[in-house]
Amino acid sequence: MVGLEHYLILSAVLFSIGLYGALAKRNAIIILMSIELMLNAVNIAMVAFSRYIVPLALTGQVFTIFIMVVAAAEVAVGLAIIIAIYRHRETIDATKINLMKW
Amino acid sequence: MGVSVAFWILAAVGVMAALAVVLLRDVFRAALSLVLCFLTVAGIYITLSADFLAAVQILIYVGAISVLIILAIMLTREVQRGSPSNRLQIPAFIVAVLFLGGVVFALLNTPWPVSSTPPLEPTTPAIAGLLFGEGGFILPVEIAPLLLLAAILGAIVLVREK
Repeated sequence: MVGLEHYLILSAVLFSIGLYGALAKRNAIIILMSIELMLNAVNIAMVAFSRYIVPLALTGQVFTIFIMVVAAAEVAVGLAIIIAIYRHRETIDATKINLMKW
Repeated sequence: MGVSVAFWILAAVGVMAALAVVLLRDVFRAALSLVLCFLTVAGIYITLSADFLAAVQILIYVGAISVLIILAIMLTREVQRGSPSNRLQIPAFIVAVLFLGGVVFALLNTPWPVSSTPPLEPTTPAIAGLLFGEGGFILPVEIAPLLLLAAILGAIVLVREK
């Protein structure tokens, strides 16, 4: 029988994969995709808590909807930034975008 | 029983697709496996009897966000260069594994107050009542369009030709 722990472990595994991708990749679009993966993992944990701890309150599902709103805004602005950087510098390699690094 | 089988299949396919996102060399194939991962997350929502969220997941993630990402891949000609790793590959792997171990250890040692009540079905009227009803989340619902408007304006300003 599948319980709360199974869903939480699945969520942790997906989050760790996203964390690795966000830290280790050079392509800025892959980094953004990894961040989406991490947001989805958090959503799974929210819905699992909502289903198993308070099945009638549904608060976790409402939080998930707000996370989706923020994720949509984040991906729109993030991809706009990436396209602006590409237009300016002809690359989206995150190790070469070091204007604000010292 | 059926829910368990569905969960294991969806979890295996979802983790494989997520691994493909970070391990494949081809950026476009990574984006396609990200779409597959979003689809399996929608299936996971169905096994958690969150029907409204599964529909929203397919509409927003599979429908809209993946199209945006694929469009951005098309607009930036990085497909030929692939998806290389930076110098932090091994430290990042160690950090991810340590994080996973810590979280799994913590959640296996926590006594969760699991309720035996069957879940609410269908969830859409209850979510509508929570979002728009008295004493619910009406203020965040009204702030969310402001955030979306700011994001739209920011995206337009950022990609506009000078």
